[in-house]
Amino acid sequence: MKPSIGMRSLQYLIAYVIALVAIYPIFLMLVSSLKTNAEIFSDPLALPKSFNLDSYQKLWESVPFDAFLLNSIFVSVVSVALILVFSALAAFYLARFSFKWNGILYFFFLIGLMIPIKLGIVPLFLLMKQLNLVNSLWSLILIHIASGIPISVFILTGFFRTLPVELEEAARIDGCNNFQVFWRILLPLIRPALGTVMIINFIGTWNDFFFPLIFIQDESLKTIPVGMLSLFGEYETDWSMLFAGLTLSALPMIVVFFLASRQFMEGLTAGAVK
Amino acid sequence: MKVGENVRTKHKGSWLIHLFPIPALVVYVLFVVYPIFSAFTYSLYDWNGIAKGEFIGLKNFLTLFQIEPYNKMFWNAFGHNIVYFIVEMIVQNGIAFILAYILYQKIKGTEFFKIAYFLPRLLSVIIVGFLWKLILNPNFGALNTLLTRLGLEEWAQPWLGDPDTALISIILVNSWFGLGFAVLIFLAGLQSIPEEVVEAARLDGASGFRLIWKIIIPMCMPAITIMTILTFIQAFEAFELVYAMQGSSGEPFYSTDTLAVYFYRLAFASGAGGADSSAIGLGSALAVVLFFIVASVSAVSLYVMRKREVQQ
Repeated sequence: MKPSIGMRSLQYLIAYVIALVAIYPIFLMLVSSLKTNAEIFSDPLALPKSFNLDSYQKLWESVPFDAFLLNSIFVSVVSVALILVFSALAAFYLARFSFKWNGILYFFFLIGLMIPIKLGIVPLFLLMKQLNLVNSLWSLILIHIASGIPISVFILTGFFRTLPVELEEAARIDGCNNFQVFWRILLPLIRPALGTVMIINFIGTWNDFFFPLIFIQDESLKTIPVGMLSLFGEYETDWSMLFAGLTLSALPMIVVFFLASRQFMEGLTAGAVK
Repeated sequence: MKVGENVRTKHKGSWLIHLFPIPALVVYVLFVVYPIFSAFTYSLYDWNGIAKGEFIGLKNFLTLFQIEPYNKMFWNAFGHNIVYFIVEMIVQNGIAFILAYILYQKIKGTEFFKIAYFLPRLLSVIIVGFLWKLILNPNFGALNTLLTRLGLEEWAQPWLGDPDTALISIILVNSWFGLGFAVLIFLAGLQSIPEEVVEAARLDGASGFRLIWKIIIPMCMPAITIMTILTFIQAFEAFELVYAMQGSSGEPFYSTDTLAVYFYRLAFASGAGGADSSAIGLGSALAVVLFFIVASVSAVSLYVMRKREVQQ
């Protein structure tokens, strides 16, 4: 299929213009963080006159950004690790055995794909209060695990089902028990699916704003997104510092993305298309 | 074969295997199923602060739909959710489909374009909201400055301060955020069309828009359906962006209020339409309504899609 030259040019034009619209605001965010407030207010579009990181230093002194960062890392890493373990175990059970309740159990997990968990926030809040987990990072971790399980079980069960039975049987003849079959034989074979699950949940957990907004009050326990909320509340007029905060918040995810952009894009869409 | 089966039954018989799904099940039941289920029961009770009162049946629902200001709040927000969905469908998904079709025709730099469109999707929605709040600022924002410089002064607006433009601005920002994801979904759909089909149609003389309309779009229906459902769910859950850019009462004058923001206000915040002593009951009733809107629409669309797949 070869469109005419005129059509081709139009296609390139559209593709480039939209690419510019997509990237420019992010570029502007980075550039503005290197400008002084006076520079930003006199000309928001100009490039910085000199390369200075004052805004970042001020940010570091004004808000506990290092604490926000550590909290975000802690919550994301623990949540994603436990999602992987829990859902892989469950998916193995659902895909490789045929107990009579497996169909119902699988369906029960899948219902979660359609439940907007945020709607249960009031009972969830009262529950966390009873468990003494309000204002604790563990409230976030538990919620992220729970809400990540349906999609993860769905993806992993699909992959476990594709592995041939012979493989498992050979291992059993060699004397492997269930756990060994799971851990040593099958798990290494579904590594791409584990990567997908990891990426989907990492993005969701890292960027989550709603749950920390409800559950975290202490400044020192905030994750980056809610940390930004207090930054914008307190330093409304210091734009150069605000841009620095936004840039610093966006940076970790963008860096991780460029390390594995293809996996990111395939991973995020895999959950939807399957 | 007999040996294999013996080995299988022997090992699979160990009861320890039943422990495997337990951790996932426990966490899922406790923190997803139980809260949603409770929201259903909460909506049927009278509440006094966080103390559960007596069973009052559907009274919370009646209040929500019949008593001012609750009913006005509801329909106002509901209307915005609908606008949210329609504009996202046209702007975000429309542009995304065109871009996906361009990339599908193998232009140079496909990988670059995919990354560029996808980049905004990596930011937290709250960061997106704050960033655009600065860009759309009437005095020092980049957008108005740019418009002025291009000689389009009269286009410069207090985008988020004017009830006429605030909602649409937020939805366009949301489209900026979600565009790349939609491109990837549509592109995956386009690439799953067998090339023979397209070639055959071409040999039959179909080209240009006729080819797109008669062959490409119908063959791409699963991806389009998925994107429509996801857009609908997202439109009816819209919270973060409104909260970040316009606060918990959907300023100015509730012109950007959505059901999820209204729900948040009922459940947690004070001010108009919120935080009276029966708020938990009313909030839960609203949650149940929202749940049914989202769940029924996604169930129906999935059913229709399945049916169509079977027919093909």
